[in-house]
Amino acid sequence: MNAISGAYDWLGTSANWQGEKGVWHRLAEHLYFSGVSLGAACVIALPLALWLGHTGRGGALAINISNVGRAVPTLAVLVLLSLTPLARHGGDAPTLIALVLFAVPPLLTNAYVGMREVDRAVVEAARGMGMSGRQVFARVELPLAYPLVMTGLRSAAVQVIATATLAAMAGEGGLGRIITAGFNLQNTPQVVAGAVLVAALALVVEGVFVVLARVFDPSRGRA
Amino acid sequence: MSERNCLVANDWVCGEYVRTRSHELIDATVQHIGITAASVAIGVLISLPLALLARRGRAFAGPVLGVTTVLYSIPSLAMFSLLLPLFGLSAALVITGLVLYSLTILVRNTLAGLQAVPEEVKEAARGMGYGPLRLLWEVELPLALPALLAGVRIATVSTVALTTVGSIVDYGGLGTLIVDGLDSDFKAQVLTASVLCVALAVAADLLLLGLQRRLTPWTRAGAGESRIRGRRRPVAGSAA
Repeated sequence: MNAISGAYDWLGTSANWQGEKGVWHRLAEHLYFSGVSLGAACVIALPLALWLGHTGRGGALAINISNVGRAVPTLAVLVLLSLTPLARHGGDAPTLIALVLFAVPPLLTNAYVGMREVDRAVVEAARGMGMSGRQVFARVELPLAYPLVMTGLRSAAVQVIATATLAAMAGEGGLGRIITAGFNLQNTPQVVAGAVLVAALALVVEGVFVVLARVFDPSRGRA
Repeated sequence: MSERNCLVANDWVCGEYVRTRSHELIDATVQHIGITAASVAIGVLISLPLALLARRGRAFAGPVLGVTTVLYSIPSLAMFSLLLPLFGLSAALVITGLVLYSLTILVRNTLAGLQAVPEEVKEAARGMGYGPLRLLWEVELPLALPALLAGVRIATVSTVALTTVGSIVDYGGLGTLIVDGLDSDFKAQVLTASVLCVALAVAADLLLLGLQRRLTPWTRAGAGESRIRGRRRPVAGSAA
């Protein structure tokens, strides 16, 4: 296949990795956008979800926000935000806001469901042992909700990587820019090379979060 | 009255735009619906044999679920780009990419539906002399239908949203209008196409919900609408 060997050659050319439009710079932009927005989304969504889950309030909101998030096209939000006055100041604000918006639903829904799925009998038993609300939260609910919280974090991370790729179609940087530039130049090997890089990044990020979830598992090493 | 032209002023909301460019909007919407419908239909057709394969045992379930999960993690722009050498700039490229995404949800839900068919029911059917095909068609599939249709709803809604990314190869339905609107800084076009896209997703969801209720009237007989999720079980009544 021409395109595949072409993509291989493209990736093997060191000039494509250097400079303002090179892979390293685009990767750095991609990781910067993704990291900042995932962090911001965690700060917004996790305390809210854990609190709602602990008190048992706001279930409809926490669950439906994922359904709403699915129906809204990420590309449309990216383009709409980049046409607002936010973009006039030449900053990354539109992209970062869009990324945060799409990272919040998986975090919120999974953390909430994780908290609510904690066996009520276990919570009652902990209360019966004289634990305060705070102790029940920290020592019982949070450790038991941990797997789903981490699932949410992983989906949010993958979602952010994908959305950051689309940001290139709205004129932003990141690895997606290699793909869109390839389309503009009608350079199929570059398009395929960019796609391979993006797909690899997404799979690596997913893998990293799977490993992180295991390493920090509070029930690790217990019978 | 003031003759202020919203097209010249580049307003976000512009009735004049909708009036003068209605044919463009209709063409894009028709393309959007066509791509979505074709993708989900092909996805359903492919996911059924895959789900049947996956339930034959772990040796099959592992690879089938593993591959579809990996496909789902690949960002949409990369997925379409990887298909470029195979399909060129065509609607087939977009549809193939969307089918691959829909498989994750469809296979999982169909498999969950088939696995939830009670063993006694299958035994009874076999005892009545049902062969494997008739068992599948007359007993298992109807009982798996609520889960299957729940999967179709989720897949359809996400496919409507993802179709917009097809604009990278000029087959993105309303997405093409959104990206063109960005290039020409045409706010009314971007907002109108975006709103239509969300409306399309909501309409498709409601349509399929109606179909689901009509095809599986027994699911309403019990405790209200039974909510089937991709996960083990719903948050049984704990949410206040």
